[in-house]
Amino acid sequence: MMQASQIAFYILGVFAVLCGIGCISQRNPIAAAMCLVGTMMSLAAMYVILNAQFIGVIQVLVYAGAIMVLFLFVIMLLNLSHRQSDLRKWPLWVIGAGLVAGVVGPLLALRGYTGGRLASEVTGAAVYTDPATALVAGPAALQATVERGVVGAIAEPLFRTYLVPFEITSILLLVAAVGAVVIAKRKL
Amino acid sequence: MLLGPSLLISAILFAIGVAGVVIRRNAIVVFMCVELMLNAVNLTFVSLSQYHGLSGQVMVFFVMTVAAAEAAVGLAIILAVFRHRQSVDLKNMNILRG
Repeated sequence: MMQASQIAFYILGVFAVLCGIGCISQRNPIAAAMCLVGTMMSLAAMYVILNAQFIGVIQVLVYAGAIMVLFLFVIMLLNLSHRQSDLRKWPLWVIGAGLVAGVVGPLLALRGYTGGRLASEVTGAAVYTDPATALVAGPAALQATVERGVVGAIAEPLFRTYLVPFEITSILLLVAAVGAVVIAKRKL
Repeated sequence: MLLGPSLLISAILFAIGVAGVVIRRNAIVVFMCVELMLNAVNLTFVSLSQYHGLSGQVMVFFVMTVAAAEAAVGLAIILAVFRHRQSVDLKNMNILRG
Protein backbone atom coordinates (compact mmCIF):
# COMPACT_ATOMS: atom_id res chain seq x y z
CA MET A 1 0.00 0.00 0.00
CA MET A 2 1.46 3.31 -1.07
CA GLN A 3 1.37 6.33 1.17
CA ALA A 4 -0.45 9.48 0.04
CA SER A 5 2.86 11.33 -0.27
CA GLN A 6 4.19 8.65 -2.62
CA ILE A 7 1.10 8.86 -4.83
CA ALA A 8 1.44 12.65 -4.88
CA PHE A 9 5.12 12.27 -5.79
CA TYR A 10 4.33 10.09 -8.80
CA ILE A 11 1.59 12.44 -9.99
CA LEU A 12 3.93 15.42 -9.66
CA GLY A 13 6.68 13.55 -11.48
CA VAL A 14 4.41 12.75 -14.42
CA PHE A 15 3.26 16.37 -14.47
CA ALA A 16 6.87 17.61 -14.44
CA VAL A 17 7.82 15.38 -17.36
CA LEU A 18 4.72 16.40 -19.36
CA CYS A 19 5.47 20.08 -18.76
CA GLY A 20 9.08 19.48 -19.80
CA ILE A 21 7.92 17.91 -23.07
CA GLY A 22 5.62 20.89 -23.54
CA CYS A 23 8.55 23.24 -22.95
CA ILE A 24 10.51 21.82 -25.89
CA SER A 25 7.53 21.28 -28.20
CA GLN A 26 5.56 24.53 -27.81
CA ARG A 27 6.07 26.88 -30.77
CA ASN A 28 5.27 30.03 -28.79
CA PRO A 29 8.15 30.96 -26.45
CA ILE A 30 5.73 32.28 -23.81
CA ALA A 31 3.89 28.94 -23.76
CA ALA A 32 7.24 27.16 -23.45
CA ALA A 33 8.17 29.40 -20.51
CA MET A 34 4.81 28.66 -18.83
CA CYS A 35 5.42 24.91 -19.25
CA LEU A 36 8.84 25.37 -17.64
CA VAL A 37 7.17 27.16 -14.71
CA GLY A 38 4.91 24.12 -14.34
CA THR A 39 7.94 21.84 -14.23
CA MET A 40 9.65 24.00 -11.63
CA MET A 41 6.54 24.25 -9.44
CA SER A 42 6.04 20.49 -9.43
CA LEU A 43 9.76 20.03 -8.68
CA ALA A 44 9.34 22.38 -5.70
CA ALA A 45 6.49 20.22 -4.39
CA MET A 46 8.65 17.11 -4.92
CA TYR A 47 11.44 18.71 -2.87
CA VAL A 48 8.98 19.21 -0.01
CA ILE A 49 7.99 15.52 -0.20
CA LEU A 50 11.72 14.62 -0.16
CA ASN A 51 12.19 16.48 3.17
CA ALA A 52 13.91 19.51 1.60
CA GLN A 53 11.34 22.17 2.47
CA PHE A 54 13.79 25.08 2.40
CA ILE A 55 15.01 24.14 -1.09
CA GLY A 56 11.39 23.88 -2.22
CA VAL A 57 10.64 27.42 -1.07
CA ILE A 58 13.85 28.74 -2.65
CA GLN A 59 12.93 26.92 -5.88
CA VAL A 60 9.61 28.77 -6.05
CA LEU A 61 11.19 32.11 -5.14
CA VAL A 62 14.34 32.03 -7.28
CA TYR A 63 13.52 29.75 -10.22
CA ALA A 64 9.78 30.10 -10.77
CA GLY A 65 9.82 33.68 -9.51
CA ALA A 66 12.97 35.56 -10.42
CA ILE A 67 14.54 33.61 -13.29
CA MET A 68 11.31 32.87 -15.17
CA VAL A 69 10.14 36.48 -14.79
CA LEU A 70 13.46 37.51 -16.35
CA PHE A 71 12.88 35.09 -19.25
CA LEU A 72 9.30 36.28 -19.80
CA PHE A 73 10.44 39.90 -19.59
CA VAL A 74 13.02 39.36 -22.34
CA ILE A 75 10.55 37.38 -24.52
CA MET A 76 7.98 40.17 -24.28
CA LEU A 77 10.61 42.91 -24.69
CA LEU A 78 11.79 41.33 -27.94
CA ASN A 79 8.16 40.60 -29.02
CA LEU A 80 8.92 37.04 -30.10
CA SER A 81 5.49 35.47 -29.83
CA HIS A 82 4.17 35.32 -33.40
CA ARG A 83 6.73 33.35 -35.33
CA GLN A 84 6.63 30.27 -37.49
CA SER A 85 8.09 26.99 -36.29
CA ASP A 86 11.69 27.20 -35.10
CA LEU A 87 12.34 23.47 -35.02
CA ARG A 88 15.48 22.27 -36.73
CA LYS A 89 15.53 20.02 -39.79
CA TRP A 90 15.19 16.24 -39.63
CA PRO A 91 18.85 15.06 -39.08
CA LEU A 92 18.91 16.89 -35.77
CA TRP A 93 15.57 15.33 -34.86
CA VAL A 94 17.21 11.91 -35.20
CA ILE A 95 20.18 13.08 -33.13
CA GLY A 96 17.83 14.45 -30.44
CA ALA A 97 15.78 11.24 -30.29
CA GLY A 98 19.00 9.21 -30.20
CA LEU A 99 20.33 11.28 -27.31
CA VAL A 100 17.09 10.85 -25.36
CA ALA A 101 17.09 7.10 -25.97
CA GLY A 102 20.80 6.88 -25.13
CA VAL A 103 20.40 8.76 -21.84
CA VAL A 104 17.04 7.44 -20.62
CA GLY A 105 17.34 3.84 -21.83
CA PRO A 106 20.19 2.72 -19.57
CA LEU A 107 18.89 4.88 -16.72
CA LEU A 108 15.47 3.19 -16.72
CA ALA A 109 17.06 0.65 -14.38
CA LEU A 110 17.32 3.43 -11.78
CA ARG A 111 13.59 3.17 -10.96
CA GLY A 112 14.29 0.22 -8.69
CA TYR A 113 17.16 1.93 -6.88
CA THR A 114 16.70 2.04 -3.11
CA GLY A 115 18.47 3.47 -0.10
CA GLY A 116 19.48 -0.01 0.98
CA ARG A 117 21.26 -0.65 -2.31
CA LEU A 118 22.98 2.74 -2.08
CA ALA A 119 24.19 1.85 1.43
CA SER A 120 25.52 -1.50 0.28
CA GLU A 121 27.38 0.13 -2.63
CA VAL A 122 28.90 2.81 -0.40
CA THR A 123 29.99 0.44 2.35
CA GLY A 124 30.96 -2.43 0.03
CA ALA A 125 28.78 -4.91 1.90
CA ALA A 126 27.48 -7.83 -0.13
CA VAL A 127 23.95 -7.79 1.27
CA TYR A 128 21.71 -4.76 1.20
CA THR A 129 22.27 -3.12 4.55
CA ASP A 130 19.90 -0.83 6.41
CA PRO A 131 20.56 2.70 5.08
CA ALA A 132 19.94 4.27 8.49
CA THR A 133 22.86 2.38 10.07
CA ALA A 134 25.24 2.47 7.09
CA LEU A 135 24.71 6.12 6.09
CA VAL A 136 24.47 8.01 9.37
CA ALA A 137 24.40 11.45 7.70
CA GLY A 138 20.80 11.04 6.54
CA PRO A 139 19.21 10.39 9.96
CA ALA A 140 21.57 13.02 11.44
CA ALA A 141 20.17 15.56 8.98
CA LEU A 142 16.60 14.67 9.98
CA GLN A 143 17.59 15.02 13.64
CA ALA A 144 19.16 18.44 12.95
CA THR A 145 15.95 19.51 11.21
CA VAL A 146 13.92 18.47 14.24
CA GLU A 147 16.28 20.28 16.63
CA ARG A 148 17.02 23.51 14.77
CA GLY A 149 14.22 23.83 12.25
CA VAL A 150 14.30 23.61 8.46
CA VAL A 151 16.38 26.73 7.86
CA GLY A 152 18.67 26.27 10.86
CA ALA A 153 19.62 22.75 9.78
CA ILE A 154 20.80 23.85 6.34
CA ALA A 155 22.46 27.01 7.71
CA GLU A 156 24.91 24.96 9.78
CA PRO A 157 26.78 23.27 6.88
CA LEU A 158 26.31 26.35 4.70
CA PHE A 159 28.08 28.69 7.11
CA ARG A 160 30.63 26.23 8.53
CA THR A 161 31.77 23.71 5.91
CA TYR A 162 30.88 25.75 2.85
CA LEU A 163 31.64 29.26 4.12
CA VAL A 164 34.34 30.06 1.56
CA PRO A 165 32.28 28.89 -1.47
CA PHE A 166 29.37 30.88 -0.08
CA GLU A 167 31.47 34.04 -0.02
CA ILE A 168 32.81 33.34 -3.52
CA THR A 169 29.18 33.12 -4.63
CA SER A 170 28.76 36.80 -3.77
CA ILE A 171 31.69 37.65 -6.06
CA LEU A 172 30.05 35.57 -8.81
CA LEU A 173 26.76 37.44 -8.44
CA LEU A 174 28.56 40.79 -8.48
CA VAL A 175 30.47 39.87 -11.63
CA ALA A 176 27.26 38.60 -13.28
CA ALA A 177 25.36 41.80 -12.45
CA VAL A 178 28.13 44.07 -13.75
CA GLY A 179 28.64 41.85 -16.80
CA ALA A 180 24.93 41.82 -17.67
CA VAL A 181 24.77 45.62 -17.56
CA VAL A 182 27.94 46.03 -19.64
CA ILE A 183 26.92 43.46 -22.30
CA ALA A 184 23.35 44.73 -22.61
CA LYS A 185 24.51 48.34 -23.04
CA ARG A 186 27.16 47.81 -25.65
CA LYS A 187 26.57 47.24 -29.36
CA LEU A 188 27.94 43.81 -30.19
CA MET B 1 12.39 6.94 0.44
CA LEU B 2 11.45 7.48 -3.22
CA LEU B 3 15.11 7.41 -4.28
CA GLY B 4 14.58 5.33 -7.42
CA PRO B 5 11.59 7.25 -8.83
CA SER B 6 13.22 10.63 -8.28
CA LEU B 7 16.45 9.50 -9.97
CA LEU B 8 14.39 8.25 -12.92
CA ILE B 9 12.38 11.49 -13.21
CA SER B 10 15.63 13.43 -13.00
CA ALA B 11 17.13 11.40 -15.88
CA ILE B 12 14.02 11.89 -18.03
CA LEU B 13 13.97 15.65 -17.41
CA PHE B 14 17.68 15.91 -18.23
CA ALA B 15 17.17 14.02 -21.49
CA ILE B 16 14.25 16.29 -22.41
CA GLY B 17 16.51 19.29 -21.82
CA VAL B 18 19.25 17.82 -24.03
CA ALA B 19 16.72 17.10 -26.79
CA GLY B 20 15.39 20.66 -26.56
CA VAL B 21 18.88 22.13 -26.92
CA VAL B 22 19.41 19.98 -30.02
CA ILE B 23 16.09 20.44 -31.84
CA ARG B 24 15.15 24.08 -31.12
CA ARG B 25 16.57 27.11 -32.92
CA ASN B 26 15.16 29.87 -30.70
CA ALA B 27 18.01 31.00 -28.44
CA ILE B 28 15.70 31.79 -25.50
CA VAL B 29 14.06 28.36 -25.64
CA VAL B 30 17.54 26.78 -25.74
CA PHE B 31 18.36 28.74 -22.60
CA MET B 32 15.20 27.48 -20.92
CA CYS B 33 16.21 23.92 -21.79
CA VAL B 34 19.56 24.51 -20.06
CA GLU B 35 17.61 25.62 -16.97
CA LEU B 36 15.56 22.41 -17.26
CA MET B 37 18.77 20.37 -17.18
CA LEU B 38 20.00 22.24 -14.10
CA ASN B 39 16.66 21.52 -12.40
CA ALA B 40 16.97 17.83 -13.20
CA VAL B 41 20.39 17.69 -11.55
CA ASN B 42 19.01 19.54 -8.52
CA LEU B 43 16.40 16.80 -8.10
CA THR B 44 19.20 14.21 -7.98
CA PHE B 45 21.05 16.22 -5.34
CA VAL B 46 17.95 16.58 -3.16
CA SER B 47 16.94 12.92 -3.41
CA LEU B 48 20.44 11.72 -2.49
CA SER B 49 20.71 14.26 0.35
CA GLN B 50 18.20 12.10 2.26
CA TYR B 51 21.01 9.58 2.71
CA HIS B 52 24.16 11.70 2.49
CA GLY B 53 23.22 14.59 4.73
CA LEU B 54 22.50 18.25 4.09
CA SER B 55 25.54 18.90 1.88
CA GLY B 56 23.43 18.01 -1.15
CA GLN B 57 20.92 20.73 -0.32
CA VAL B 58 23.75 23.25 0.11
CA MET B 59 24.97 22.24 -3.36
CA VAL B 60 21.49 22.86 -4.78
CA PHE B 61 21.71 26.33 -3.25
CA PHE B 62 24.94 26.98 -5.15
CA VAL B 63 23.53 25.56 -8.39
CA MET B 64 20.59 27.97 -8.13
CA THR B 65 22.98 30.89 -7.62
CA VAL B 66 24.99 29.93 -10.69
CA ALA B 67 21.76 29.47 -12.67
CA ALA B 68 20.61 32.97 -11.73
CA ALA B 69 23.96 34.49 -12.74
CA GLU B 70 23.97 32.50 -15.97
CA ALA B 71 20.42 33.58 -16.85
CA ALA B 72 21.27 37.26 -16.29
CA VAL B 73 24.41 37.19 -18.42
CA GLY B 74 22.92 34.92 -21.09
CA LEU B 75 19.80 37.03 -21.56
CA ALA B 76 21.98 40.16 -21.78
CA ILE B 77 23.95 38.47 -24.58
CA ILE B 78 20.68 37.54 -26.33
CA LEU B 79 19.52 41.15 -26.06
CA ALA B 80 22.79 42.40 -27.56
CA VAL B 81 22.60 39.87 -30.42
CA PHE B 82 18.96 40.75 -31.08
CA ARG B 83 19.84 44.43 -31.38
CA HIS B 84 22.55 43.54 -33.87
CA ARG B 85 20.67 40.95 -35.98
CA GLN B 86 16.94 41.63 -35.27
CA SER B 87 16.53 37.90 -34.54
CA VAL B 88 17.22 35.32 -31.86
CA ASP B 89 17.35 32.47 -34.35
CA LEU B 90 20.47 30.39 -33.75
CA LYS B 91 20.95 29.74 -37.47
CA ASN B 92 21.79 33.45 -37.86
CA MET B 93 24.46 33.31 -35.13
CA ASN B 94 27.36 31.99 -37.14
CA ILE B 95 29.90 34.82 -36.89
CA LEU B 96 32.35 32.46 -35.22
CA ARG B 97 32.12 29.97 -38.08
CA GLY B 98 35.26 30.02 -40.26
